[in-house]
Amino acid sequence: MSPTSAGPIVEVSGLYKSYGGRTVVDGVSFTVEEGEIFGVLGPNGAGKTTTVECVEGLRTPDAGRVRVAGLDPVAEHDRVTRVLGVQLQQSELQAKLTVREALELYASFAPHPADWRPLAERLGLDSRLGTRFAKLSGGQKQRLFIALALIGDPRVVVLDELTTGLDPRARRDTWQLIEDVRASGVTVLLVTHFMEEAQRLCDRIAVIDKGRLAALDTPQGLIRRSAGATVLSFTPSAPLDEDALAALPGLASVTHKDGRLTLSGTDETVDAVLTLLARRRVTAHQLRVTDATLDDAFLDLTETSTP
Amino acid sequence: MSSAPTPTTPARRAGTLVHPGVLRTEIRLFRREPGALFWIVCFPALLLAILGSIPSFREHDEALGGLRLVDTYVPVTVLLGMILGGLQAMPQVLTGYRERGILRRMSTTPVRPAALLLAHMVVFAGAALVSALLALLLGRLAFGVRLPAQGFGYALALLLAVAAALALGSLVSALTPTSRIAGAVGSAVLFPMMFCAGLWVPVQSMPDLLARIVGWTPFGAAAQALNGAAAGHWPGWSHLGVLAAWTVLLTAGAARWFRWE
Repeated sequence: MSPTSAGPIVEVSGLYKSYGGRTVVDGVSFTVEEGEIFGVLGPNGAGKTTTVECVEGLRTPDAGRVRVAGLDPVAEHDRVTRVLGVQLQQSELQAKLTVREALELYASFAPHPADWRPLAERLGLDSRLGTRFAKLSGGQKQRLFIALALIGDPRVVVLDELTTGLDPRARRDTWQLIEDVRASGVTVLLVTHFMEEAQRLCDRIAVIDKGRLAALDTPQGLIRRSAGATVLSFTPSAPLDEDALAALPGLASVTHKDGRLTLSGTDETVDAVLTLLARRRVTAHQLRVTDATLDDAFLDLTETSTP
Repeated sequence: MSSAPTPTTPARRAGTLVHPGVLRTEIRLFRREPGALFWIVCFPALLLAILGSIPSFREHDEALGGLRLVDTYVPVTVLLGMILGGLQAMPQVLTGYRERGILRRMSTTPVRPAALLLAHMVVFAGAALVSALLALLLGRLAFGVRLPAQGFGYALALLLAVAAALALGSLVSALTPTSRIAGAVGSAVLFPMMFCAGLWVPVQSMPDLLARIVGWTPFGAAAQALNGAAAGHWPGWSHLGVLAAWTVLLTAGAARWFRWE
């Protein structure tokens, strides 16, 4: 009896929200398909959290349409809470509530809760069941909130700044968990400002900057879009003149440092550099050609909208 | 409700308002607060025990209509637990639940955040009634203070007083942005309220004019209603009316100004 097995599971169109005359979300639209890991990426204060808060029904949009499984998160909040699991960026629990009690309590809210024991084990909380919330480390609190988001056996889960405060190992474990969650059929809406996380996990990414949708693409697609998609670096055996470098096709940037030359551009740039080197009989020592990362693409995308 | 950022009124939403799991959790958490347990439940009875052990408190006094001072302090200690809890413990907890995002976290579940506030109030009201009962029993067993002759009237006044304490605590919580400020405001209101209830001078011993002024305050009215019922009269409708009016006013204020975030 799911109302929208055909359409997108999350739909945001023309979303607009302002606080006291300051526009925070300015006409954002995207749809999330069932089974996707969808990233919302952007600098701090870009309007990411406000956007997902409208999806969670915690805020009422000034204009635009938001649907979760075909339901209005504000008018049909109660029904939305039954299909949507939420991990908020900043929240706490009662200081003296133990992990076990929190899991049992939040499981009791859901009509068809997941079994919390395997979930706790999966998140490495099984040795902390008797520990009070206030005594947990930052990472343990974070993992408890992930467990609480999943405990209602939701169709969609919103994770806001999921791995903030986790050490690198816990972060990788959490990423694996998110992939498992998706494999079990849950759609994931992931808010992050952490590029490696978005690149590793997301099928598609909405880049939000200053309240607007700056780009919407796969991680690879976003990287290809950036001006310096490929980075080439080497130490030339003889200096190359600036004019020849500046004339390279598709070149985005050139930097010299300690005799080492770093160029960014397209695949065409790389071909042209190799040709240039051959023609000048210059040897390129320690030659490295790497793809730009999502970091580079992100900086590119969010810089272009800076006045 | 607050200004711009919270147009979503959880009270408007459909969902569970009374949740047994939330109530059980709040009872558990309350039992883990030794401070609140002591001040709300034990301290009033302890104070009565100390006062009652002073010989002069057990002498009949013509000025009090033949009552002993210890008799007049039973209603005071009956009210003390709810005043301490309502102004010291409850607002800090409720404001803290909002301040630390606990209400917000709960509003993303099928259970309304109001269920958490309500559960805490129920726990607090229960503790206040246990405290009142302890004071009454101690007075009866240790000092031979007669149980209220007008039991039904006494119970009614007691319940109204608890409701007023709940409403006052909720209003403090509604008006304070952080639990620290809630604590400070609670303390500032605490002392006049304890004075009106007769902690320093029982209302029977207050000068006539002062007693009449105090009778317009929630706990002054409560004290006088309890005194009347203890002596076997139906507690004056004016006192009960003052208590009820305060409860309605304070509740309306709390509902008007309470912010969910």
